Amino acid sequence: MNNIIESLEKEQMRDDLINIHVGDTVNVHLKIIEGGKERVQVFKGIIIRKQNGGARETFTVRKVSFGIGVEKIFPTHSPKIVKVEVLSKGHIRRSRLYFLRDRVGKRARLKEKRR
Amino acid sequence: MLKGILGKKTGMTQVFGKNGEIIPVTVIEAGPCVVTQIKTCKKDGYSAIQIGYGEIKDNKVNKPAKGHFEKAKVENKRHLAEISVEESEKFKLGQPITIDIFSEGEKTDVVGISKGKGFAGVVKRWGFGGGPDSHGSHFHRAPGSIGMCATPSRVLKGRKFPGHMGNSRVTVQNIEVVRVEKERNLLLLKGSIPGANGSLVLIKDAVKGGK
Repeated sequence: MNNIIESLEKEQMRDDLINIHVGDTVNVHLKIIEGGKERVQVFKGIIIRKQNGGARETFTVRKVSFGIGVEKIFPTHSPKIVKVEVLSKGHIRRSRLYFLRDRVGKRARLKEKRR
Repeated sequence: MLKGILGKKTGMTQVFGKNGEIIPVTVIEAGPCVVTQIKTCKKDGYSAIQIGYGEIKDNKVNKPAKGHFEKAKVENKRHLAEISVEESEKFKLGQPITIDIFSEGEKTDVVGISKGKGFAGVVKRWGFGGGPDSHGSHFHRAPGSIGMCATPSRVLKGRKFPGHMGNSRVTVQNIEVVRVEKERNLLLLKGSIPGANGSLVLIKDAVKGGK
């Protein structure tokens, strides 16, 4: 990639981020501006996909809300993200956990990663 | 006053806006340019300035061009472009033009040479619908009927046909300036602009004033 673009992207990258992996159950604290007011919303779910690309990096979090599957794509370096908490690490065998979309209830769980 | 600057398209990326939103941007290395010629109403019948941009080896410049640069007392430049300004008398020969003529949030028009697509069919070149791909269809991407019968017994002018596409001068209007970086001569424009990475682009202020 071009040096100029690389350096532009580097400037935007945050260095206060923790390592997150596919299969982790996370709490994403997201800043939301609503009617001039700012508040923090927490989105809890499993990371099913990470897309690399420097400052353009994203991760997708899936959760089931009132019986409906919800997926949210977060830009990793977005200033809107206050913090990401890792609640547990899942044992996974692939990088894209799309198979979770077809599973409901107890089957849509991941085994805890053994240390 | 109308204004403009020459630059090189570096590529595209994205930046985060004030509210954390993602803005797609094209990065342009613009300027610094120098004024190489001043055209006045008295002498030339219209008011404009000519600007030069880009380094060039001395042996690549021919004699007429060398004379032209010598007259303006500037270094040899690779590219020249003319920009119409209201009062060209205010400019001086050799005066540098940098990107600080643009500010954040301003609307600009960008001129570039679009990527060449070669000999393209009507589906790609003109957006024809084409026919069905399957179910025994023998009509896929052909142009179809090109006109009527005995009246007028000719093909009307301007009929859309296959042919050479791209590699032409294209202007896109009302491109917003997202950021101006003075030290590195970088201009970040919102969205895409015509041309390949590394190609020459001319950035002018918006004709329509961004309305």
